[in-house]
This record gives sequence, structure tokens and C-alpha cells, in this order.
Amino acid sequence: MRQVTPIFKREFVGYFRTPVAYVFLVMFLLISVALAFSRFGGFFKAGIAGMDAYFGFFPWLYLFIVPSVGMRLWSEEKRSGTAELLFTLPVTTLEAVIGKFLAGWAFLSLAVLLSFPMALTIGYLGSPDWGVVATSYLGAILMAGGYLGVCSLTSALTKNQVISFVISIGVCAVLVFLGYSGFTGFLEGFLPVGVSDAISNFSFITHFSPMVKGIVDAKDVVFFLSLMGFTLFLNVVALER
Amino acid sequence: MIEVKGLVKSYGSKRAVDGVSFSVKRGEILGFLGPNGAGKSTTMKMITGFVRPDSGTALVGGTDVSQDPVAVKRKLGYLPENAPAYPEMTVEEFLGFIAEVRGFREEEACKAQVERAISLTHLSSVRRQAIDTLSKGFKQRVGFAQALLHDPPVLILDEPTDGLDPNQKNEVRMLIKNMAAEKAVILSTHILEEVEAICTRVVIISRGKLVADETPAKLLERKPGARMDEIFRSLTHSDA
Repeated sequence: MRQVTPIFKREFVGYFRTPVAYVFLVMFLLISVALAFSRFGGFFKAGIAGMDAYFGFFPWLYLFIVPSVGMRLWSEEKRSGTAELLFTLPVTTLEAVIGKFLAGWAFLSLAVLLSFPMALTIGYLGSPDWGVVATSYLGAILMAGGYLGVCSLTSALTKNQVISFVISIGVCAVLVFLGYSGFTGFLEGFLPVGVSDAISNFSFITHFSPMVKGIVDAKDVVFFLSLMGFTLFLNVVALER
Repeated sequence: MIEVKGLVKSYGSKRAVDGVSFSVKRGEILGFLGPNGAGKSTTMKMITGFVRPDSGTALVGGTDVSQDPVAVKRKLGYLPENAPAYPEMTVEEFLGFIAEVRGFREEEACKAQVERAISLTHLSSVRRQAIDTLSKGFKQRVGFAQALLHDPPVLILDEPTDGLDPNQKNEVRMLIKNMAAEKAVILSTHILEEVEAICTRVVIISRGKLVADETPAKLLERKPGARMDEIFRSLTHSDA
């Protein structure tokens, strides 16, 4: 696992070698904050010193934001031929997959953490429960890892970034909608509650929303970690085939 | 140093490489020839462990690439076709990354290795330029620098002089020749004069099969008075 470090470093610093990182960070913060202040978010109307209005949109926002980071992870390497370079260096596929994934995850985490002025704002306006703010951030970062695992996998399947982007959105959308209240309500109409609950257990929303409320349950953490583990395992298989 | 044993690789119904075997000793420069599509690059990719063969294997310095690919990769310097590199990095950054992955983790050792590679391939004038702003000749040299960086005992070069001007070609040939004494080198090329100039042995493949494996002098003896390209044409079929 020694080789993870240089690969991580190259990939992470690589985001900042092109304007991609800056465009991404600015757009992410603009959109996420704008959504919270919009009438859909109702940040002021709620009259609560909390970040629900901010984090509530994250499962939907990630749907487009994370694939835009994840789509290039492997597609780009395959298209430009650098995959051949990388895999003729003394590096195992697993080390390369982990190094690149961690770099993308660190970058997404940075984007999420850069929203700290929102936290400062609610601290100035009222007296928020800082524990809930912390668990919300934890949840947002864990969920970013789950999305990125899926996107890294789809990116390893094609050398075309557009295809990778579209498939990533498709797969992630399924994983969001399974827990969306409108959809679960529809399922409960004709399925036993146990079954529809089991289905919604595969959703990002189901495991993210407790954390925004301040509840860190082991099963939610395990869901995100095992989703990452599973997708990265398939990622290695996809690259080695 | 390099032993290739019955490599086979098919893509769909097409056999790209069909039972190729040869070996390269230390001090040898093997010219690897064949028409486009004959399976040269695929064979090289299998030796480097990038492509897994359907059957057969290759040994580099006694290590089997199908058993321990990472150990083989440590001993190899490989220049892939078209010399791929990360375009947004500068020459120095890119070589620094390669040095780190190659195990030169201390800053001093890493720097020394990068400096050596830069001076060997005459890259010092562009060292702070992003790779995607470089001309083809410089890009090719960056690929070459990357392959030489850790002073490997085995070099595999896929068309190392492709895209270079005649002066640069000559320079690269001299560089390979000067290093060859303590290395085993395989280089693929379409330039037959290159083979006569620096290679100690020639392997020709055609449609995935080995058709010649001898010294350039022996090859020329096959048809007294004929030029190398005439002999090459009589041995190979173009993939039409």
C-alpha cells in the first residue's frame, strides 16, 4: 500500500493544475448556498439556527456534482493512454484505484468543508447545536464517498467521459430515488411495509437524513463504507479484466 | 534477461500474437520488426505485464510476469507507443512523480534521479513547461526520460525514434547504444537503417508469427546483394 501516497498526491494536486478545481469549487458553493436560501430551501423562513436547509439538497446536488468529478478518474487515463504508463509502473491495480479514489474523495470533502461560512452564519444568527452541524458534515462527506465509488466504477468501464457521466447519474439517481419519500410512499401502496423498507435501505437519502438530524447510527456509516468497498472492488475487477 | 515463451493473444476471432518466443541477453539490442498490425506492440505490452496473454509467458531477469507482475515492472523501463504522459504536469513534476512511484522517496534521491534523466535526454530547456505545450520530439524524450529514470536493467521501447527529426533520431540511437552494454534492450521500429545502425539482433514478426530471429548480418546474407527492406518485404505480408 506504499504506492497509494504518490498516486493520491499526483491526482489531488492534479485537480488544481487546471481550472477544473476552481470552477468546480465556486459552482458547488454557489449552487448549494443558493438552494438553501431559495424558497425551496427556506433557510430564513424556517427561523431555526440549523443547517437542514443547506444539507437537505445534498443527495440531489451530488447527483450531478459527484459524477462531474468522478467521470474523469479512469476514462481520462484510458483515453489519453496514461493507463498504460500507470500500469507498467510498479503499482498494483488496487493501489491505483484506492489512490485515485481517495484523491477524489479528499477533493469533494474539501468542497463540502469550504461551506464553513454557512456554519459561521448560523452561529452568528442564533445558537445552533454544533453536534448536529458536525454530524451533518460527517454525513455529507461519507455520502460523497458513496457517490464517488459508483462514479469511479462507471468511469473504469468506458474511455468516454460523457458516457461515464451519464451512466453515473443514472445509477446514482436509482440509489437516490429508492429512498425518496414520494417513491417509497408509492411502493407502500402495493408492497408490504417490510419490503418497501428493505428497498429504501439501499438509498443514499435513507442513510443520510438521520445524520443531518444529528443521529450517527452504525448502520448508516456501515452502509456508506460498504458501498465504497463494494464499488472499489468492482472497480479493480473492471480494470483487470 | 528477457525470455519470451510462446505468447498468444487474441482479440475476438483475430490472433494478434500467435506463439511468439525469443530471448534477449544482457548487452543485446534487439530490433523488433514487423508490418503495422503484426503484433509488435501487443507482444511488448504482454512482456511489460500491461496485457495478460491468453497463453505463454515472459520472464524478465528470471521473474515470471504472470506470477509477479509488480516485480517485473520494477526491473523494466517501458516507453509505450506515442509516449503517453499527464499533459497538465510540467516535465519536472511528471518525472518527480515517476521517481516517487519508482521508490525514490527521499527528496534528495528523487531530485538526483530526475536531474540524471533530464540531462540524459536533454530536457533542461523545457523542464518547467507543461507537457501538453511540448512538441512531439520533446514529448517523445519525456517518455524516454521516464523509462530511463530508475536506470533499469531491461528497456522496452515502442518506436522510440518515432516523430523525431534526423538529428534527434541519431541522438536517441547513440543514447541507446551507449547504455546497452549493461542492459537488455528491445526496441520496435519501422526504420530498417536503425536496425543496421544499432541492433545486435533482429526479430521479425508477421501476422502474429515469428518469421526471423538472427543477427542483421545473417539476415542480409539470406539474399546476397539485396537491401534490408527487400528482405523484410519478402518475409512479411502486409495486413491487407
